[in-house]
Amino acid sequence: MRRRQVNLWLGAALVGLMTAVALVSLFWTPYDVTQLTISRKFEPPSPTNWLGTDQLGRDVVSLLMAASVNSLTVAFVAVGIGGSIGTALGLAASAWGGWVETLVMRLADLGFAFPALLFAIMLAAAFGPSLGNAILAIAFINIPIFARVARGAANQVWTRDFVLAGQVAGLGRLRLTVDHILPNIAAPIIVQATIEFAVAILAEAALSYLGLGAQPPLPSWGRMLAEAQTLMYLAPELAIYPGLCIIAAVLGFGLLGDGLRDVTDPRLTRARA
Amino acid sequence: MTFNRIGLVAAFLSTTAFAVPAMAQSVLRIGLQQEPTVLDPTTDATASIDGMLAQNVFESLTTVDESGAVQPQLAESWEISEDGLSYTFTLVENAQFHDGTSFDAEDVKFTFDRAMADDSTNPSKSIWEPIESVTVIDPRTVEVKLSRKDAFLLFNLAQGDASIVASESVDDAATKPVGTGPFRFDGWTRGDRLTLAKFGEHRDAADVAIDKVEFRFISDPAAATAALMAEELDAFPGFPAPELLDQFEADPRFNVVVGSTEGEVILALNNSRAPFDTLEARQAVSHALDRSEIIDGAMYGRAVPIGSFYPPHGPAYLDLTGMYPHDTEKAKEIFEQAGVAGDEIVLRVPPFPYATRSGEIVQAQMAEAGVTVKLENVEWGFWIDEVYKKKNYDMTIIAHTSPNDLGNFARGPDYFYGYQSDDFDALWDGIKTEADMTKREEMLKEAQTYIAENAVHAFLFQLPKLGVYRDGVEGFWAASPVLFQPLAGVTID
Repeated sequence: MRRRQVNLWLGAALVGLMTAVALVSLFWTPYDVTQLTISRKFEPPSPTNWLGTDQLGRDVVSLLMAASVNSLTVAFVAVGIGGSIGTALGLAASAWGGWVETLVMRLADLGFAFPALLFAIMLAAAFGPSLGNAILAIAFINIPIFARVARGAANQVWTRDFVLAGQVAGLGRLRLTVDHILPNIAAPIIVQATIEFAVAILAEAALSYLGLGAQPPLPSWGRMLAEAQTLMYLAPELAIYPGLCIIAAVLGFGLLGDGLRDVTDPRLTRARA
Repeated sequence: MTFNRIGLVAAFLSTTAFAVPAMAQSVLRIGLQQEPTVLDPTTDATASIDGMLAQNVFESLTTVDESGAVQPQLAESWEISEDGLSYTFTLVENAQFHDGTSFDAEDVKFTFDRAMADDSTNPSKSIWEPIESVTVIDPRTVEVKLSRKDAFLLFNLAQGDASIVASESVDDAATKPVGTGPFRFDGWTRGDRLTLAKFGEHRDAADVAIDKVEFRFISDPAAATAALMAEELDAFPGFPAPELLDQFEADPRFNVVVGSTEGEVILALNNSRAPFDTLEARQAVSHALDRSEIIDGAMYGRAVPIGSFYPPHGPAYLDLTGMYPHDTEKAKEIFEQAGVAGDEIVLRVPPFPYATRSGEIVQAQMAEAGVTVKLENVEWGFWIDEVYKKKNYDMTIIAHTSPNDLGNFARGPDYFYGYQSDDFDALWDGIKTEADMTKREEMLKEAQTYIAENAVHAFLFQLPKLGVYRDGVEGFWAASPVLFQPLAGVTID
């Protein structure tokens, strides 16, 4: 039990730190990240540039801070869109059953079978690479995930006595879903969303690394990694810093998700009581 | 017109593991950063086709040496008439195609007629434009008649676009190129490598030291570096990552050779639409840019700045880099007057390191001058389609690697510059037909000044040729006066 708590708090601390840094960077970074000072490239860490400067003379700390906004925004927007649509579809499938359920779940199977990266590349080919298209691609892969989780959880709630009572009282399916089913499946959805944040951050980094995500001059950990690739012999730290940031962010959301799951799992809750 | 996708990787491997030591074949492994889609240099403009096959698998009537001087090849000598309108070529006696068919004057006529035909898909039609007729006098003599004097004819005939092909084999040239060169085409594994084998029947076969050539296609600079470091590659004549040269220079296993290419790297402006259809807006771009910062940031100092469209190592070079001094305030002022300041300008950049890296710096420098530039890194196919063919762009960054390509500015409004000037067209007509070297150089200088004064584009730097060779590999050219690299003279230890 104690170890699970550690997961939760460690995850919460990492996520909290990242969010705080991102919020701060909206108003203040040590240096302007769009300002290139090429005469000052590859400077070592110093009191003025805590982690030194990159190949175009930009302050690495400022870049990492500004890039965290990008990662978090993509994760929240993409998981938000994908999660909302997916949850709505899953709830509908559960509420109406029959052909609606079959259709939604087969579509979800189709979505699972479709490689996310391929979808992102298709979008980039059709509309040009952009952060918006990366967000769309990540949102798309989240729809079937949330549809399944929502339907599974909702199906259980539909069998509960208070729902049956509501049905007997003449409440419609839509009303029941919104007022009673949704609040009761909130916990697994939130847990799933937290874990998907981690996946989305990784996906954004991968797409930006491939040039399909954030476009210059918008800072992005994935693009910083890609640009540092040929500099590995010259300045390996330029690849290590964004790499560590990606690890910390993914680990943070992963641990937080796991911790939340343990806390909200009814079986464990009962055991704890 | 040919664009460079930098990179030839050369390498050799002495396959000693299973070979009988005394009979070990010498294999030279050469790679390219980018792979062509077809292999016929007479129908496709891709630079890497010429880089691999021209003067290696194919030969032309003439060739060019490292200094850029014309030398005999399939034509062992030629005579030019008094009026400069008739060239009589005497062909070598003992050349033959790799499929066993003989080479004679009929093949030259076939090649020229095919390239000059109305439905010809030759990528450099301007080479053939002055030619009026090709006549076979006897199997070893061809007469070429011109409609006007052409000072570049012998040089142009050395290019891959003018490779001599045979009617028997040309239909399959896209996948099975057959020429008369010292190497024959051996195989092509798409996405991986292309191999050539020494052609034993070639007239100079005794002088060729290499038995087999392997071109490896490695597009990623980091992967190319790793392959060199692991000694899977012995040379990389067009190394794409200037930041790593210091490291190779310090390594006793490698030699680094920095030469020049014919590639002028320009920030091309679309002259056919707003905002760069006005001279003031274009000049402001030149003022906004700081070349030394671009060269330092994108090329790690390994490039020479240019102020017009002519290579600094050329005989008629005029230094015009001072015409628009870097002045952010002035640029800002002009942009504001011209009403450009608020617009979003699209900079579409092809996937070559010199271009993508320069693009980011150009974007920052333009931002300082108050102009928002949207940077789009696009695929090569997309670039050819949207930028080059459809002129759907505001700005792009590209190296023009063809020699004598100042004539691009006389290609009319349909060319992707969207530029047309009667004055320049007249000037270029004069240059093309002027046989006197001194006079031609004067006119070339005038043309450079004209282009710079009209700020048709912003001119950045001359693309360097960065070669990394394993110690013991000799014979690669340091400079690239043309797109091809003859391998017959390369030796390995």
